[in-house]
Amino acid sequence: MVEKALFAVFMDGLFIKNFLLIQFLGLCSFLGVTKDTKSAAGMSGAVIFVMTMASIVSYVIYTFILVPLDLQFLRLISFIVVIAALVQLVEFVVRKNIPSLYRSLGIYLPLITTNCAVLGVVLLNVMNEYSFLQSLVFGISAGLGYTIVMVMMSSIREKTTILPVPSAMRGLPQAFLIAAMLSMAFVNYFKVIPL
Amino acid sequence: MSKAFNEFIRGITKDNPTFGLVLGLCPALAVTTSVDNAIGMSAGTAFVLVGANLMVSALRNYIPSTVRLPIFILIIATFVSIVDMVMEAYTPPLYAALGVFIPLIVVNCIIIGRAEAYANKNNMFYSLIDALGISAGFLLALVTIGGIRELLGTGQIVVFGQMIVSIPMMSPASYMILPPGAFLTIGILMAIINHRRAKKLARGE
Repeated sequence: MVEKALFAVFMDGLFIKNFLLIQFLGLCSFLGVTKDTKSAAGMSGAVIFVMTMASIVSYVIYTFILVPLDLQFLRLISFIVVIAALVQLVEFVVRKNIPSLYRSLGIYLPLITTNCAVLGVVLLNVMNEYSFLQSLVFGISAGLGYTIVMVMMSSIREKTTILPVPSAMRGLPQAFLIAAMLSMAFVNYFKVIPL
Repeated sequence: MSKAFNEFIRGITKDNPTFGLVLGLCPALAVTTSVDNAIGMSAGTAFVLVGANLMVSALRNYIPSTVRLPIFILIIATFVSIVDMVMEAYTPPLYAALGVFIPLIVVNCIIIGRAEAYANKNNMFYSLIDALGISAGFLLALVTIGGIRELLGTGQIVVFGQMIVSIPMMSPASYMILPPGAFLTIGILMAIINHRRAKKLARGE
């Protein structure tokens, strides 16, 4: 397999394979947390950190423990445990050092464990046979891509809640149509950036 | 018997995972580019849901409630690993099409949601019925979305190599197969369902 350039991997995570709008990973938080920009940004910060750390730790575990022992079939279970442990760690650190952020994030912090975007990054790293650096870059860029979309979506939703839309369209259907339009912009990156 | 039947129907209508509970949207949008994929995804999810519900229900009196969530996740991950390996061995094209979404069943909120909200409190028989009902609802939702997208996106619906419907079109709207088509389809379907629900409520049913 030809080694993919780091920049290509970065752009993949950020735009071309954007987790929320192109790959549909992590939609629960996309619809649940984007009602105001503040919590969307806080959530994204936590996700960036967990994604990056999870990419590093799971790469180490997969390459140095699971592959030499021929235990690849345990990868799903071990990755889930890694992510759950990381989220616990983040929770402890944030609660101890930045109590104000901890209060504003509330329930969303533990929910990162079941955010399919985080497990998705880890699994895609394994499936694409990324090296250590590529895994790291993919983890960071996927988190940044997530942040961009979360912030855009929440600021649009904040402004459109007061629009007079038909009652059947209010709430989720409206959010889905906004997402469709945002997604159209992202799909065009397939054609614009030749990689 | 009628209670069991009601529990089953509830999974399709009121507690429909996609349109009622709005859980597990990621697979519902990502793999519904064709009816084939939709059926494959629902089959995998149904197996995990039935297995996890039965297991959790059987063990519900032995699981300490403080550590129940990690235990649920481990039970689910075991069943997902089984599906993952079976699909890779016996249906390689389907496995390639579904890709990362088969292992991701493990974080599908439907399954852990049912384990927590239903199987943890009810006996094995009703947990089985609940799992079957929810699975049927999930299948129905995915096939509806997949059917609409495949029909408009390619001009025909092909299920396991058999042509079901074909409409003559100058050029199929490939937009519907691309990611935005999924958001558009589910948004409009959800609006229609909201509208019908509001009407029913107004009639006082």
